[in-house]
Amino acid sequence: MREWADFTVQEAGGRVTLKLEGPLLVSTIGVLDRKLREFGEPVQAVDLSATGDIDTVGAWTVWRFADEHKARITGTTEQAEKLIETVSANASDAPIEPERLPVLKRATYDTGEKVVHFGHGLIRLIGFLGSMIAGSGRLIVHPARFRYRALVRQFELVGVTALPIIGLMSFLIGIVIAQQGAAQLRQFGAEIYTINLTGRLSMRELGVLMTAIMVAGRSGSAFAAQIGTMKLTEEIDAMRTIGVSPMEALVIPRVMAAVLMMPLLGFYSAVIAIIGGAFIADLTLGIPFLTFLTRIQEVVPLYDLWVGLIKAPVFGLIVALAGCYQGMQVKGNSEEVGLRTTKAVVQAIFMVIVLDAFFAVFFTEVGWG
Amino acid sequence: MSGEDDELREEVLEEARDDVVEHFHGEYPIVIEGLRNSFGEQVIHEHLSLKVRRGEILGVVGGSGTGKSVLMRSIIGLQIPDEGTIEVFGKNTIGAEAGEESSVRSRWGVLFQGGALFSTLTVAENVEVPLKQFYPELGAELRHEIARYKVVMSGLPEDAASKYPSELSGGMRKRAGLARALALDPELLFLDEPTAGLDPIGAANFDSLTRELTNILGLTVFLITHDLDTLYAICDRVAVLADGQVIAVGTIPELLKTDHPWIQEYFNGPRSRAARATSQAGGKRGKSVDNTAGGKA
Repeated sequence: MREWADFTVQEAGGRVTLKLEGPLLVSTIGVLDRKLREFGEPVQAVDLSATGDIDTVGAWTVWRFADEHKARITGTTEQAEKLIETVSANASDAPIEPERLPVLKRATYDTGEKVVHFGHGLIRLIGFLGSMIAGSGRLIVHPARFRYRALVRQFELVGVTALPIIGLMSFLIGIVIAQQGAAQLRQFGAEIYTINLTGRLSMRELGVLMTAIMVAGRSGSAFAAQIGTMKLTEEIDAMRTIGVSPMEALVIPRVMAAVLMMPLLGFYSAVIAIIGGAFIADLTLGIPFLTFLTRIQEVVPLYDLWVGLIKAPVFGLIVALAGCYQGMQVKGNSEEVGLRTTKAVVQAIFMVIVLDAFFAVFFTEVGWG
Repeated sequence: MSGEDDELREEVLEEARDDVVEHFHGEYPIVIEGLRNSFGEQVIHEHLSLKVRRGEILGVVGGSGTGKSVLMRSIIGLQIPDEGTIEVFGKNTIGAEAGEESSVRSRWGVLFQGGALFSTLTVAENVEVPLKQFYPELGAELRHEIARYKVVMSGLPEDAASKYPSELSGGMRKRAGLARALALDPELLFLDEPTAGLDPIGAANFDSLTRELTNILGLTVFLITHDLDTLYAICDRVAVLADGQVIAVGTIPELLKTDHPWIQEYFNGPRSRAARATSQAGGKRGKSVDNTAGGKA
């Protein structure tokens, strides 16, 4: 059972004395504190002679009450006196939360801030793209400085190791398109057009788009996290001091790897998606596997392939650029790495989808519909 | 009046824990015996024993990788040892149920190396977290007041109370961490390299703050450090960790008499001699609990 601090009121010769009892500790003060706050009558003295152990919370409660009622504190032990002196010396009424503007003001303020930040971010991103192009220019002039090993390593990380997951994803997407497409087309008795649907959609849109999203999640995030961590550990500063340009050593190999790998991955993805479609068509629609593939050659125009292959490197550039740019923006603490990584992925996927919409309109307008 | 009182008391009791115990009045708040810690093949501690005296500042030193932090984590229950017993305030902490532990947990404060402040809360709110957790019956007003004076007591300026950890410098973050560690008026304080990463002036200030608070609050301090100045300035005794054990405990003059090569190298190295000279010149050698009668100040 827990012992609680308490008090009794004693009156002698017109002087009111509050006699506190029990230990004055953070664990026993809960009741006493509330009672003292409600105590409204005048008090001349607070007597501590009947109290036990005391800590700073007890001392604070006593001092605050005595200060409020202009009462004297009597019967203190040496320890109590020391503690009361300490807490009174450290008393403060500073706010414990930062000041907050009223909602309306804050909303407008935040909106303005966001807009300005967005503008600055855009300018910096364009600046980053510019310095990357300048860096590439220098590499063309001094090709010996180019880091082939880093590039090949990134080829492996961005391209080769992504094959299984992109293959599996594309295969399943091919199945879904063919199966769902067939379900709708069956209503017109046009099941055979499932082949057109699967083939053209995979080649033009889905192969590249899904691959870009996957690469953003796999490699874009990795770029941001790697470069961000290197920034935190001052590796990048160390590079600069010994004359190695981080743009040449880190950014360009990654961006090049993404730009060169994306068309290959996108094409691979489209092919696997078509195989997935053929597989499900063979199983459920009664279209033989090989017939499906032969029909693809007839119904998918060659320019569909070009549409996919033209978009892919652009998407790769965006994904790698967003990753490297956000990584380079990391400063301060490790929390920022996580924040910037998320930002890199979201930004990359968003920009890829926006650009894909532009491409769709553009290619239709030029007659590649 | 008394009816009202009873009502209030009942209301408060409803929220309060019922496992609160009195302050510890024994001689050794921490007793470790036969401790063994290992990570896979690597054995960190083997047959490690250590007793910490009430009211002392015990400095814990040892080379990198000798398991100073692991020892602290074992005592506060973050690392489950393979073997051995650890008694804190006379209670075995190993294998205690989460509920049982709270009576011990509310009586120690821990300052982690980086401060380990909750980043979404202001400094004052950080200090309030343990108060809310262990003493929910305290009124909000009192809690705010406690948070404020603890912040000031830890040597932070008043306006730091409403700041977020990310707005503070490294040294201020340590002080804020100290304020949170002291939130519950603990009897036992664990400090993990409190002066690491501070400039010499900041470190010296932190040392004297530790000493001052220890004297005022009657704390027992378990202090892990690499800082020789801290050892000379404020530690009553020093425990040396090596070869998985505590190879020696005592005041620095006592340690100097032992002939373990690591201790000799540590305390007789050029840095140590410089620290000793400073501390002697300043005349602020920590009081020794061991020889209170003859210890020269």
